[in-house]
Amino acid sequence: MPEVELEARSLDFYYGGHVHALKAINLTVHRKGVTALIGPSGCGKTTLLRCFNRMHDLYPRNRYGGEIVFQGKNILGQDTDLINLRSRIGMVFQKPTPFPMSIFDNIAYGLKLKGIKKRMDLSEMVEQALQHAALWGEVKDKLNASAYDLSGGQQQRLVIARALAVKPEVLLFDEPTSALDPISTAKIEELAVALKKEVTIIIVTHNMQQAARMSDWTGFLMLGELIEFDRTNKIFTAPSEKLTEDYITGRFG
Amino acid sequence: MNAEKKRKVESFLALLMSTMAAAFGLFWLVFILGDVLAHGIGAITPGLFLNDPTPPGVEGGGLKNAFVGQVLITLMATFIGVPLGILGGTFLAEYARGTKTAHVISILADIMVSVPSIVVGTFIYAILVRPVGHFNGWAGAVALAVIMIPVVLRTTEDMLSLVPWTIREAAFALGAPYYKVIIQVVYRGAATGILTGIILSIARVAGETAPLLFTSFNNSFFSVNMNGPISSLTVTIFQYAMGPYDEWHAQAWAAAFIITIIVLALTITGRMIIKWRYK
Repeated sequence: MPEVELEARSLDFYYGGHVHALKAINLTVHRKGVTALIGPSGCGKTTLLRCFNRMHDLYPRNRYGGEIVFQGKNILGQDTDLINLRSRIGMVFQKPTPFPMSIFDNIAYGLKLKGIKKRMDLSEMVEQALQHAALWGEVKDKLNASAYDLSGGQQQRLVIARALAVKPEVLLFDEPTSALDPISTAKIEELAVALKKEVTIIIVTHNMQQAARMSDWTGFLMLGELIEFDRTNKIFTAPSEKLTEDYITGRFG
Repeated sequence: MNAEKKRKVESFLALLMSTMAAAFGLFWLVFILGDVLAHGIGAITPGLFLNDPTPPGVEGGGLKNAFVGQVLITLMATFIGVPLGILGGTFLAEYARGTKTAHVISILADIMVSVPSIVVGTFIYAILVRPVGHFNGWAGAVALAVIMIPVVLRTTEDMLSLVPWTIREAAFALGAPYYKVIIQVVYRGAATGILTGIILSIARVAGETAPLLFTSFNNSFFSVNMNGPISSLTVTIFQYAMGPYDEWHAQAWAAAFIITIIVLALTITGRMIIKWRYK
């Protein structure tokens, strides 16, 4: 068995103090693999993803129950340093989220937060991150142009580069291609698969083919419960649960 | 009359009435601008800007003191009002977003925007002129700042709210603390909008007379001492227009023309920035 990166142990989550959005989730995320979360709209897959970097803490009265163990330590405790946690567990959103600044500054932003100030170091790391996200060739001559000048697909790769620049151990993808055209989607998928050599990836997607193409492990959620979690090829060829099979074969959702 | 014809008549009447209302409003605007232009432009001479006022009957007087005083008071008002407005707007849009407190303050600020400026003038008179014992420039600056604050605050709040939440979340997801998210990411996204608000708020106070009449009052001599009475264009216009001398009237027209042009220029700049940013 590969090493465990993240583990949810009877994880509950409540929005605004009373909406029970996740119910007793037990899920193991393996290191340096791609884990996909699938399920019908409103099933809690994005909610689950946002538990891993405690994004829910930004809004009042949200509450967690159970544990999420990240490299042996429960990150749901009061003593967790969220700033540190979020620099180790990066996130890419559904719509591209470039900051209103230049391409260079976008990538350098996270690095500066980490206290890296020297222009030389920054330049080098920015180039590295852009190379990594397969965007360097397209932007190397216009690093000072506004990030808004890039196309949607390029913006999404820029955002991935920005997340990669701070060298996270885990990257969370929240439907990263749902706002993109098929060619950009293919590039992002390729990129994610290439990245799994270095980072653990968890991806939420409503596109089952995408989950099947990209992931090593797949979790199927419904109404806040994890119905089934297994190797992707098992989920898509011989699921154990009737609900999973119905969803995979398109009988609902 | 059939239904279709009736609709057409109704539509025509509605269009006619709204066009006439617009024409009525525009007529007076053009009339006032034209009048100010016609009377003012002839009285503009280099001496108007370079000389201080002379006693009535003595040739060659200008309004240098009023120009300098106006700029000084407006600048100080900007230095006081803009930071407070921006910080207040930041509080409402960021830290208190969605709370009842923010909602109440927002409504109060909207009411403040339409409070008659003379009320602000008398209020500042009571707290900054009476206790000191004499009119002073600072009181004028504070009075104008009080008028500016709600304008800047509401614009800042609106502009910050326009920056999508996902951008903030993306910054948080990189491990940024909230104050850095606001200063380094959100302010950048809202910068042109806030700048426009500042310019429009300066335009708003540059033409105010009532708040200055009770606070900085007027001074016939050149002064940059904010602790004493200080001259301003608007109060000088008021005083000169009320006075008995023809050259006073001419200078008041000239000053009115110049201040109108400045306010117009500021407003157009503000609008152009909006257009350029949101096209």
